[in-house]
Amino acid sequence: MMEAVEHPLLKYLRAAMIPHIWCSGCGNGIILNAFVHALDELQIDLNKLVVVSGIGCIGRAAGYINADSFHTTHGRPIAFATGVKLAKPELEVVVISGDGDLFAIGGNHFIHAARRNIGIKVICANNFNYGMTGGQVGPTTPLEALTTTTPYGNIEHPFNLVHLAAASGATYVARWTTLHVRMLTASIKKLLQRKGFSFIEVVSPCPEIYGRHNKMRTGLEMMEWFREASVIANFSDPAKAEITPEKIVVGEFVDIEKPTYEQLLYEKMAKLMKEESE
Amino acid sequence: MPERLWRTPLDVEKISRPKAEIYILKDQCKGCGFCIHYCPKKVLEESDEINARGVHPPRVVDEKNCVLCSFCTAVCPDFAIFVKEKQCKDGC
Repeated sequence: MMEAVEHPLLKYLRAAMIPHIWCSGCGNGIILNAFVHALDELQIDLNKLVVVSGIGCIGRAAGYINADSFHTTHGRPIAFATGVKLAKPELEVVVISGDGDLFAIGGNHFIHAARRNIGIKVICANNFNYGMTGGQVGPTTPLEALTTTTPYGNIEHPFNLVHLAAASGATYVARWTTLHVRMLTASIKKLLQRKGFSFIEVVSPCPEIYGRHNKMRTGLEMMEWFREASVIANFSDPAKAEITPEKIVVGEFVDIEKPTYEQLLYEKMAKLMKEESE
Repeated sequence: MPERLWRTPLDVEKISRPKAEIYILKDQCKGCGFCIHYCPKKVLEESDEINARGVHPPRVVDEKNCVLCSFCTAVCPDFAIFVKEKQCKDGC
């Protein structure tokens, strides 16, 4: 082994912010790693990239990537990203946020952005609970899971995020776990090259806050759960892709093309301006 | 080896097996153990030393076994390990 040198992907990160604050065994670092790998493989110009994130552990990702980034108010990253995309449609706008931020507090922003098909890309880290605030039950907590606010087991039915995204009209929907890093990187590459509203759910381990209540104390134990439970089924029915302790269906679910909102908006504006001038 | 593969490949002298060089940024490691556990060739193991974060960073057992799949680079949440191909003409 040689003397330690600089990591080859460090140029995509803000070196002063690294090492990041995420816990040992947390999957957020793997999502950041996969995203940066995808940027490197596509040779994306960081001046043309905007990363928007909301509140939550993964929200810090916007601060770690060396691109123009917004760290926005709770639940509103998609609203901010919509504004960026409509003002400057030539920019690549990526939202990286958590399940609580995107689907509980910002749920309506998500479904309406997907319905309008605004050309923003959403990567959602699903860690099954509100990790940053101490592990309260969230919209994706599986039934019977133990959290700090459901000490006798969760009785709320969880969201199936891929089904929600597909039903709302997203043009690209995929789900991977942090163990499927190669597929996740390929999926993020695909996401970055697409025009319409695209969504990837990344099932991520949260050993310190969620796992320790659910007999998975380390990141490795959670990753082993993903390895045993995940089933790759590309283009299967997203309605049947509920996450249960026994089965996590992963893969690409939707891949369609639709005219995007900003494209229709600018076409309409150009048409009206032309009529006005005639 | 099956009978039909008995002969030495004709281009064996031209093509060399890539050799890996594994770099571990010890003080960035948080000791999650993903690289050690998911290495397909079991090249890494937990070391005895304690780094700046108070955990045991990985140590290379046998660099020769590494097949440059770079899964450790991809799965490391802390950007603490990466693999490069060793650039050498002969004798390494």
